[in-house]
Amino acid sequence: MNYIWCAMVIVSIIVSVINGRVEETLSSAFEGAESAVSTVLSFAGVMCFWTGIMKVAEKVGLSKKAEKLLKPVINFLFPSAGEEAKRYIAVNMSANLLGMGNAATPEGILAMRALDRENPRPEYASRNMCMLVVINTASIQLIPTTIIALRAAAGSADPFSVILPIWISSFTAATLAALSTRLFLR
Amino acid sequence: MTYAIPAIIAAILIIALVKKQNTYDLFISGAADGMKIAANIFPPLLAVLTAAHMLRASGTLDIIINLLSPVTRLIPAEVMPLALIRPLSGSGAIGILTEILNEHGADSEIGRIASVIMGSTETTFYCLCVYFAKTRAKHTLKAVPFAAVGDIVGIVTAVLLIRLAKF
Repeated sequence: MNYIWCAMVIVSIIVSVINGRVEETLSSAFEGAESAVSTVLSFAGVMCFWTGIMKVAEKVGLSKKAEKLLKPVINFLFPSAGEEAKRYIAVNMSANLLGMGNAATPEGILAMRALDRENPRPEYASRNMCMLVVINTASIQLIPTTIIALRAAAGSADPFSVILPIWISSFTAATLAALSTRLFLR
Repeated sequence: MTYAIPAIIAAILIIALVKKQNTYDLFISGAADGMKIAANIFPPLLAVLTAAHMLRASGTLDIIINLLSPVTRLIPAEVMPLALIRPLSGSGAIGILTEILNEHGADSEIGRIASVIMGSTETTFYCLCVYFAKTRAKHTLKAVPFAAVGDIVGIVTAVLLIRLAKF
């Protein structure tokens, strides 16, 4: 990101000189800064509402329910993993599902370390380790709160209109990624 | 769909009341977490939006879109920047998505495609680094193509669902 951001700015400045659009480019940077402020302000309202609701959901046992429902999926995807690792994986996957990314990553790392301890050839990433990483890079989310909040901030008349296609698309992506890992990764 | 979200909210609150949870206090503490998330995304959002505006105003974006035109027959050029940044940086992708939603409208075809892409892909490379960092494994590259399958399928189905299935 370091290089990408610097390149975006530097190349923009060079191109703006070539195109003779130096002034517009500079003033547009400040427009960008301004739109960051207005976005974050309207984003924060919607986001706080959802993190509030999801906190209640977590406390009434939605996470535990999700962990139970995920058990057969985990047994299929991680046939050789130990019980400790599977427990962490369950918490990691249910946190991802409920959109609690902050809770998902630490549990995911604990799961990785448990899988690492079970790995007979520690130099090489085991199939289970790769599977956990793959499903974390293709996670399904029950309510994509960030996107809803961003859409509301951008003035959408129906911020929720994308939920169904997001469910279908992310489910397809995660299923194909997990299945291909299960079948083809050696 | 109109009833699904209100139904979920109502169900969560009713279950919480039945279980005699201090629902209001839970909501407040959760909302405070949301404020932290908003505060955390602000600096990177500012960085990306300023740079993105400069790219557009200077004419660089047009050059990039022209260079990418072979791919854009399948994937609209307007969402290519999002597809490129998404695997690398979550906050960067939030910035680009914001820019697309503001520029083309959140309810336009482009805006909806971008939203679905955001929802069905992940910060793949960031995730690979973070997850393998605390393990002893050195040979981890073999996971990359399978992680990429998820992102590519997510992007393509996002375009297909919005364009052909008319969601």
